[in-house]
Amino acid sequence: MSQQRRKVFISGNEATAEGGIAGGCRHFFGYPITPQNKIPEYMAEELPKIGGVYLQAESEVAAINMVYGAASAGARVMTTSSSPGIALMQEGLSYCLGSELPCVLVNMVRGGPGLGNIGPAQSDYWLATRGCGHGDGRCITLTPYSVQELHDFTAGAFEIADRYRNPVMVLADAILASMMEPCELIPRRDLPAPDRPWAVGPHDPDQRERNIVNSLWVEFDVMEAVSQRLEERYRQAAEEITDWDEFGSDEPQVMICAYGISARICESAVMQANDELGIRTRLIRPKTVFPFPTEPIRSWAERVDAALVVELSMGQFVEDVRLAVEGRCPVDLLGRAGGNVPTVGDVVEKIREAALRAGVARV
Amino acid sequence: MREELFMAGLGGQGVNLAGQLIARAGMDIGLNVSWFPIYSPEVRGGYSTCTIVLTDGRVGSPTSEHPTSMILMDPTAVENFAAPLVRGGLMVVNSSLVPERPEGDFRVLMVPANDIAAEIGNERTVNMALIGAWAAGTGLMDVEDVAGSLRAMLPERHHRHMPDNENALKRGAEIGETARL
Repeated sequence: MSQQRRKVFISGNEATAEGGIAGGCRHFFGYPITPQNKIPEYMAEELPKIGGVYLQAESEVAAINMVYGAASAGARVMTTSSSPGIALMQEGLSYCLGSELPCVLVNMVRGGPGLGNIGPAQSDYWLATRGCGHGDGRCITLTPYSVQELHDFTAGAFEIADRYRNPVMVLADAILASMMEPCELIPRRDLPAPDRPWAVGPHDPDQRERNIVNSLWVEFDVMEAVSQRLEERYRQAAEEITDWDEFGSDEPQVMICAYGISARICESAVMQANDELGIRTRLIRPKTVFPFPTEPIRSWAERVDAALVVELSMGQFVEDVRLAVEGRCPVDLLGRAGGNVPTVGDVVEKIREAALRAGVARV
Repeated sequence: MREELFMAGLGGQGVNLAGQLIARAGMDIGLNVSWFPIYSPEVRGGYSTCTIVLTDGRVGSPTSEHPTSMILMDPTAVENFAAPLVRGGLMVVNSSLVPERPEGDFRVLMVPANDIAAEIGNERTVNMALIGAWAAGTGLMDVEDVAGSLRAMLPERHHRHMPDNENALKRGAEIGETARL
């Protein structure tokens, strides 16, 4: 019988950490960086109590390679960091992709490039969906927009990672990390060990050959086969786990595309545009950005007069939206950076401008 | 119903704990809530602000462009952050540190929170006096409910401070009542 979820008032960081535990994570390796320090702090407190391992690595480079090691040995493992730290992990992450290792990363994005600042940002969109080090591998990328979703998505990320034998990144930001909201916690339970017949570890040589976890494939055809296998999994993931939410008018003139904290601000703006300006507006909010919800965005683009993208970057996510829209309607961008966040009023004004240009609103 | 409360004060005055308490109390009486902080990195003496949204609808943005109420705990808060308050909004001011009553198109509650805390004999109840005034001034929650949420939030070892906190909440609420007359 499943236990009831307990409702608590909790920060995004804590909800993420508890989500990891609920998803079966018993191994955590990380290195401190604001604005996500509450996650390793929580894991340091909680994991030893339930027979898990928490280890503060000497750097992010070490942390991701510890993740590689634990994942190779069959453990449900996770690391969390923020932008510059995730950048440091890129080589190890590519090795995880090449070795087809399930693991979970959380990036509480902060202002950049460089050391940047500790304000909220969404300027690691390319890093998450296009980066992941060198080579053809990509991270399955989940984009929660509330404390509850941080919890649920982090918990769910472990199953997704195992299903596709691929790293999963939870992409959030400094506001979601630090804000507190009610959250219904998934009860902790002991999950059976993940089914990983390929994992390394003690075994009886009479029972099976030794397993080797490796990303060095000298033969071109063998290396290409790995890339093809990854690509096939991404195609499968696109069919099975692409996820998004929609909110607002059923007959929109303007479509807004935003994810994460930007989508929260846009929700308020959509309500204002519909109720106060009489501009029929609908928000399309990706919950996964790789795989990307191309179909709903394309389908709405056929029917609206204008689209607006709101993101905390100078324009990264907007490229995927334009690829989905394929010129079916004009796509405007409201991008803020460096820790700055647009106000609801800023978004409403851009909705009005887009509607005016499209000839669907009066001054 | 949608209340957007902005709070500001010096690190150590209990701005963020007070904000968390209001949001938690809102959750406990069935509202949808969020609490969002911005504070400087100093352990104490830095500057602290937070925004709380309380609504029976969708929270949407956890940030606020034009708060419907404010709790301002020191002179810097009044100087730097008071302007965006909506017309007719409620401004709760810590008058122990801000002697001059802010003038404008809003309601003001002058709460001598440091003095109340000193009389109670527990200087850490400054924020509770201000919360009490805000709760009664907006009419959004009873201070008994706030006290219940505080008890639930506090670790057991701090429950001995509950009477002082309840006292400060009530003293603040007495002043808050006057804003609703």
